[in-house]
Amino acid sequence: MTDYKSVSKPVRKKDAMALVTGKPVYCDDLAPKDCLVIKLLRSPYAHALIEDINTSAAEKVSGIEAIYTYKDVPNNRFTTAGQTYPEASPYDRLILEKRLRYVGDPVAIVAGESEKAAEKALKLIKVKYKVLEPLLDFRKAKDNSIIVHPEDNWKALCPVGADNKRNLCAHEVSENGDLEKAFSECDAIVEETYHTKANQQAMMETFRAYASKDVYNRLTIVSATQITFHVRRIVATALGIPKADVRVIKPRIGGGFGAKQTAVMEVYPAFVTYKTGKNSKLVFTREETQTASSPRHEMEVKVRIGATKDGIIKALDMYSISNTGAYGEHGPTTAGLTGHKALALYSRAEAYRFVYDVVYTNIMAAGAYRGYGAPQGIFAVESAVDELAHKLNMDPAKIREINITKEGDIMPAYYNEPANSCALDRCLEKVKDMIDWDSKYPARDMGNGKIRSVGMALALQGSCISNLDVGSVALKVNDDGFYSLMIGASDMGTGCDTILAQMAADCMCCDVDNIVVQGVDTDSSPYDSGSYASSTTYITGMAVVKTCASLTEKIKKYGALLMGCDEKDVDFNGKEVYRISADEKISLKDIANSSMCNNSNALYASEGHASPVSPPPFMAGAVEIEVDKETGKVDIIDYKAAVDCGTVINPNLARVQTEGGIAQGIGMALYEDISYNEKGVCRSNSFMQYRIPTRQDVGRTEVDFEPSYEPTGPFGAKSIGEIVINTPPPAIANAVYNATGVRIRELPITPEKIYKGMKDED
Amino acid sequence: MEIKLWINGKKITDNVEPDMPMLEFLRDKGCYSVKRGCETSGCGLCTVWLDGKPILSCTVPLMRANGRHITTLEGLQEEAAEFGAFLADEGAEQCGFCNPGFIMNVLAMARELDAPSEEDIKEYLSGNLCRCTGYMGQLRAVKKYIEHKKGARSDD
Ligand code: FES
Ligand code: FES
Repeated sequence: MTDYKSVSKPVRKKDAMALVTGKPVYCDDLAPKDCLVIKLLRSPYAHALIEDINTSAAEKVSGIEAIYTYKDVPNNRFTTAGQTYPEASPYDRLILEKRLRYVGDPVAIVAGESEKAAEKALKLIKVKYKVLEPLLDFRKAKDNSIIVHPEDNWKALCPVGADNKRNLCAHEVSENGDLEKAFSECDAIVEETYHTKANQQAMMETFRAYASKDVYNRLTIVSATQITFHVRRIVATALGIPKADVRVIKPRIGGGFGAKQTAVMEVYPAFVTYKTGKNSKLVFTREETQTASSPRHEMEVKVRIGATKDGIIKALDMYSISNTGAYGEHGPTTAGLTGHKALALYSRAEAYRFVYDVVYTNIMAAGAYRGYGAPQGIFAVESAVDELAHKLNMDPAKIREINITKEGDIMPAYYNEPANSCALDRCLEKVKDMIDWDSKYPARDMGNGKIRSVGMALALQGSCISNLDVGSVALKVNDDGFYSLMIGASDMGTGCDTILAQMAADCMCCDVDNIVVQGVDTDSSPYDSGSYASSTTYITGMAVVKTCASLTEKIKKYGALLMGCDEKDVDFNGKEVYRISADEKISLKDIANSSMCNNSNALYASEGHASPVSPPPFMAGAVEIEVDKETGKVDIIDYKAAVDCGTVINPNLARVQTEGGIAQGIGMALYEDISYNEKGVCRSNSFMQYRIPTRQDVGRTEVDFEPSYEPTGPFGAKSIGEIVINTPPPAIANAVYNATGVRIRELPITPEKIYKGMKDED
Repeated sequence: MEIKLWINGKKITDNVEPDMPMLEFLRDKGCYSVKRGCETSGCGLCTVWLDGKPILSCTVPLMRANGRHITTLEGLQEEAAEFGAFLADEGAEQCGFCNPGFIMNVLAMARELDAPSEEDIKEYLSGNLCRCTGYMGQLRAVKKYIEHKKGARSDD
């Protein structure tokens, strides 16, 4: 591997010391002190119409500035999904509406001088509801007589198979090969249904944004968001104002994981400030963040998978129903990943089919959460592959070795893309080693009422949305030759600002400290579609490489001009432009400083990048667990992971990404479950009711890398951010089976389910 | 209600509503490191010290601090940077939102426990949630910091 100076080095994050010393860098730390405080009145019913709403008593509360109801907002439907226009998610929302579609749907916006005043006013708003029967079972949603979106101005901008009159947010069929013929040649077939639950991203910083009017009377929104540029479009569309009138800025944000890939709440402060001309802010409580946000889509996934007696997988068939809840944010797109990613793990199969329906129901809308539909499919497929192995009396590691996608394979389920860089086989081998598979599989009775067992799973993800995502950066030379790197991608705490600076540093042959980075401001940053789909390293990283190349040309040209020689006769080594044919040079410092006097050639470059492919990173995960035979309780002992994310740009950050993703995956596997009562009230409304893993729940995690080299990626890099959440649910379910013989096909894998399974077995 | 207390060594007298939460009061006084992550005493983000002992500022009523000393990360900048450097060298500060509360507790632990084992560390810090790191990088940083402190102690 080439020896880089910054790339592949554990460079400290540029904002690290500010964060660890608690500097005021987040949205609510920066909000002006005179902001109106916004509170939302929310629907107590899962399905209702507002018959009458009276705000007069509430308006009299001292300190109340304004109260808005559905009568006050524009009738422009929009989606809050952070996606490139035209969005695949249907335009099915208004800022406020007469029809309420889930418990928590906003009924009124209250803006007051203090939280106390706003809360007092909330209680005084009188609403008469016409309560309707809610649609709560997603399996019955398609063609149900209860229609979640009967309105005529509901609109799908893209052909995603949506039909609001059928509660369908999306539908698709894709296939390759002769499926039934392939199944007819199988000696063993597994056909099972798996059920994954909705999960909260549970980032520590809840949703928040503040708005103000600037000196040009434009609306400025400072938001904890992953999709700075999309927020500008979403807000302008919702308010029905020109996009030129909106500016969005992203400060440091306290985690996102996809939650902030939806503009969950920016429209409210935007609307209040637009109407009042005053500063306003909205900070969601944890309860609101738990109950009125954008969690993972609950899915039911049916898998049929068949193999010959030698373990050769010939056919894969998947049908999934995805529950998008009351609104369709990310509904059509997440559903696609469920099959397109999971089935691509076994690209050598002769035939596959993948069908999905995405349906509306009267619960909180789902959204984007790390993995974006893939974890659901991977739980199903990676469980089913183990079930198939057991049916064939094969080691689950062995059946994978035979069938997995290898470098150079075409992946039919993955949009027919070739696996140009793929170390999945090496990942599998390494993870077996790391967990000591051959001696630990399947299980050992510890003799104290506990069984220890191992389980494994594989994963892939994308590196961007091909033919769609756009990344661009700008780079300029400043006094004495330091560079500013202007980034349009939103660093959400993962360190992408630093990673991009590392790449720029190596391209410009300088120290990473010589590059200052600037976060996202839609007025000044070059356009970037946003931090999602794992695309920042791969797409924006490539934009960095291109931008640096074009700035280098400009530096060379200007250096040649200053030396009075031909530009073909010079080169740049990071410190100076020097002549190839003569012993003459000029330092970058002198070039930079003289460029600021009597110069018509700006030392500034900006390039963009999009990609026709989305090369998948790959990963193998293996877990060792201990199951209590009396109670069914599972403890994680060790989690081992081997990841192929192409060239690792920053090993520390990639490792922490992986460890963090695995912890979230463990939460998804063992604890996390957004549940509702029979009236559609969300029970999981706090960290007491919705438990995420603590440091005592995750055991030990060990991560290693098996890099491949991706020819289309910057420095050979692919992505890392999302793939890492995928393996724990199936690996743990497989380990539970290996320990107890109980197959859990519905997440989370609770002690009760295991206990019941063990009981039923006896 | 009249209250008199010390925030990071500075004496403050103020008139506050009796139900003023300590967390909001501290942020009002410019201690922006103090974060809120929940309403149910379940995340640890709001951890500060009251007379040197870690407490949840979202839960303890402000009036309990009357006549006493509150310390926030703003008052421990040098120590925060010293430990924080270990965290940063693991890449484990990540989004940073949980860091202030976590670091308040780490620094309290370093004072309270002599040679904490891995289990002691996990136990002491169990109330501090972090959604970004998966806790491993934090653990590596804490262990290295404790080693470093021990080394520094045996040096003098
Ligand atoms: S804010 Fe969550 S424990 Fe205090
Ligand atoms: S670093 Fe983001 S929550 Fe801990």
